[in-house]
Amino acid sequence: MNLLIKGGRVIDPANGVDGVRDLLVQDGKIAACGPALAAPEATPTIDAGGKVVCPGFIDLHTHLREPGYEYKETIATGTRAAAAGGFTAVCAMANTFPVNDNRAVTDYILAKARVEGVVRVYPVGAVTRNLKGEELAELGELAEAGCVAFSDDGKPVMNSGLLRRAMEYILPFGTPVISHAEDLNLAAGGVMHEGAVSTELGLKGMPTAAEEAMVARDIVLTELTGTPVHIAHLSTAGAVRLIRDAKARGVRVTAEVTPHHLVLTDEAVRSYDPNTKMNPPLRPKRDQEALLEALADGTIDAIATDHAPHAQAEKEGEYDHAAFGIVGLETAVSLLLDRLVRPGLLDLPSLVARLTVGPARAFGLPGGTLGLGSQADITILDLGRELTIEPARFHSKSRNTPFAGWQVTGMPWMTVGGGRVVMWERVIKGGFGA
Amino acid sequence: MGWKRKDLLTMQELDAGEIRTILDTAESMKEIATREIKKVPALRGKTIVNLFYEPSTRTRTSFEIAGKWLSADVVNFSASGSSVSKGESLLDTAKNIEAMSPDVVVVRHSSSGTPQLLAEALRCAVVNAGDGAHEHPTQALLDLLTIREKKAHLEGLHVVIIGDIAHSRVARSNIHGMRKVGMTVTVAGPPTLIPPYVQELGVKVSHRLEDVIADVDVIMMLRLQQERMTAGLIPSLREYSRLWGLTLDKLAAARPDVLIMHPGPVNRGIELAPDVADGPYSVILDQVTNGMAVRMAVLYLLTGGKAQ
Repeated sequence: MNLLIKGGRVIDPANGVDGVRDLLVQDGKIAACGPALAAPEATPTIDAGGKVVCPGFIDLHTHLREPGYEYKETIATGTRAAAAGGFTAVCAMANTFPVNDNRAVTDYILAKARVEGVVRVYPVGAVTRNLKGEELAELGELAEAGCVAFSDDGKPVMNSGLLRRAMEYILPFGTPVISHAEDLNLAAGGVMHEGAVSTELGLKGMPTAAEEAMVARDIVLTELTGTPVHIAHLSTAGAVRLIRDAKARGVRVTAEVTPHHLVLTDEAVRSYDPNTKMNPPLRPKRDQEALLEALADGTIDAIATDHAPHAQAEKEGEYDHAAFGIVGLETAVSLLLDRLVRPGLLDLPSLVARLTVGPARAFGLPGGTLGLGSQADITILDLGRELTIEPARFHSKSRNTPFAGWQVTGMPWMTVGGGRVVMWERVIKGGFGA
Repeated sequence: MGWKRKDLLTMQELDAGEIRTILDTAESMKEIATREIKKVPALRGKTIVNLFYEPSTRTRTSFEIAGKWLSADVVNFSASGSSVSKGESLLDTAKNIEAMSPDVVVVRHSSSGTPQLLAEALRCAVVNAGDGAHEHPTQALLDLLTIREKKAHLEGLHVVIIGDIAHSRVARSNIHGMRKVGMTVTVAGPPTLIPPYVQELGVKVSHRLEDVIADVDVIMMLRLQQERMTAGLIPSLREYSRLWGLTLDKLAAARPDVLIMHPGPVNRGIELAPDVADGPYSVILDQVTNGMAVRMAVLYLLTGGKAQ
């Protein structure tokens, strides 16, 4: 749990650091950060010359699928995929089977993660029992058990009165509500973005209004109750405007965007490849541009993968019958480095901020910083490495990605959790408890 | 010109020359229907599989007769709903079909894009016989053939397509096909039945029947599916019929040589008054006859036949 990382470009947005430094880890904590650090004898040393050393990346939006859907992913495989992708912590969504709507499930997830996980797992509890949107889950006990936020992700809480009660109830626990912002009546039956492309392809569309109406509602409920709301997988220009305006008024709203909404548009659906089917759907260029702008100016706090593994049979065949969602943990960082940072759409420190301090603050998580005494979760990037995205080499159990075969430059080179090397060159070295 | 494509999936992918090639070939095929023995050996030894996931009598029969008149062996394979509902994936179905070594697969499916997915998976030719709300290219081709027969040309004509544009594959294929051969297309219907951004397909949009029927060469009425009413897209059949149904009274404003078309089957008294459907402007039965000629042409060209 001791480590000396020498000569890397340390980017630590939480502390305003960007420069070549050494980083000393002792007993799993950050012990020093500075030029030419000396380390006690026998401290393992990593030469990070030419590489970028950051706080460990935190994914606010992961579906680990366990318990219940182990044929798609498990805590073991999902956390390995996270480590391979440069993440040291993931927030696990509640739509498991059984649903994470009671303490027994939370305890199970945390116990499994301790034994089989290789990165930190923060469970997200359900807002309502069985995600049905009818009765509150045991929110207090879930928070006590370790749930860091609440969401019926994949299923918005359509009953505004019930969501208000949930937000009022959890106020003392200090956890945010995550909004899967989708008005189910407006989006009914949609399989892609409603626009010129859906009209041409003859596929049922989901209008941007389905997202924006719910973002507006959830901002209003945050103002009413005081409980912060976090907008998951933001995808429209109108929702960006609503969040920007709300933040300017001091409303406690945060937001995340996925890599796939930043690098693909609804034009990708022309292939009828079910790996372009996600919810919210891929939007047109004008929405993508608004997302990029909001990412750069800080309106969007975090980039989250919405890692949604599905078995092959669920993602092949007819487009409108295929499952929504793609895997993202192992492709996110390379896509972001190649498609956002390299062309200058986003500077590297901002990208690191949206993967570290932004998500940590949104959910009040430890980590996201290289400050002295903080847990030594570290991600090291190799910006020059060229690679081809090969689903066959994923650590995830599932392969549902539209990025197969993409050539990208830049990758997570090493993942360190609690001072231990968890991943190096895509090879998993062991977990926190190993 | 020669025919180069492996499949016929959309009108969008065809250029004007390819459309003319199919129409010219279809014209030469029409003569077969007039023979006492309606059989030519053009596709002898070839196997055509009609793979219909959606109920269809008219289109399936039309493809079947077209194949048989060309001496192909035609096999009808009917399945309900999606392959998913049977527990077999579409691609598994495709592999099974491939193993039967057909020369052409004619597919109809309620999901848009299915013919494209099959065409990528199969070595044989694939013909789209209607996929979801996407395209129905042979219907557009038979419509174009009918218009060309009656008007002697296509370029410069103005067509209005009236009704449920949002859910119509016939409308989409006709929009692409008609624009490519130089026709002007207007779509008309209540706003709930007009898809968003349809103007980007190069059409004009109108929401009043009276505004569009006076100045067009062709009026194409679409079938109103009754479930559109229960889905809340229109308040009642009665109102739809009153506002959007074509009657002799309304037709008084139309040109004397206007053509009335309908892909069928017609809801008599809803989108077309009976005396309009059966009247002198109507070319609905010509469309059916031309359907077989167009399908013969398509099957012939896709199996290596020489273009006319």
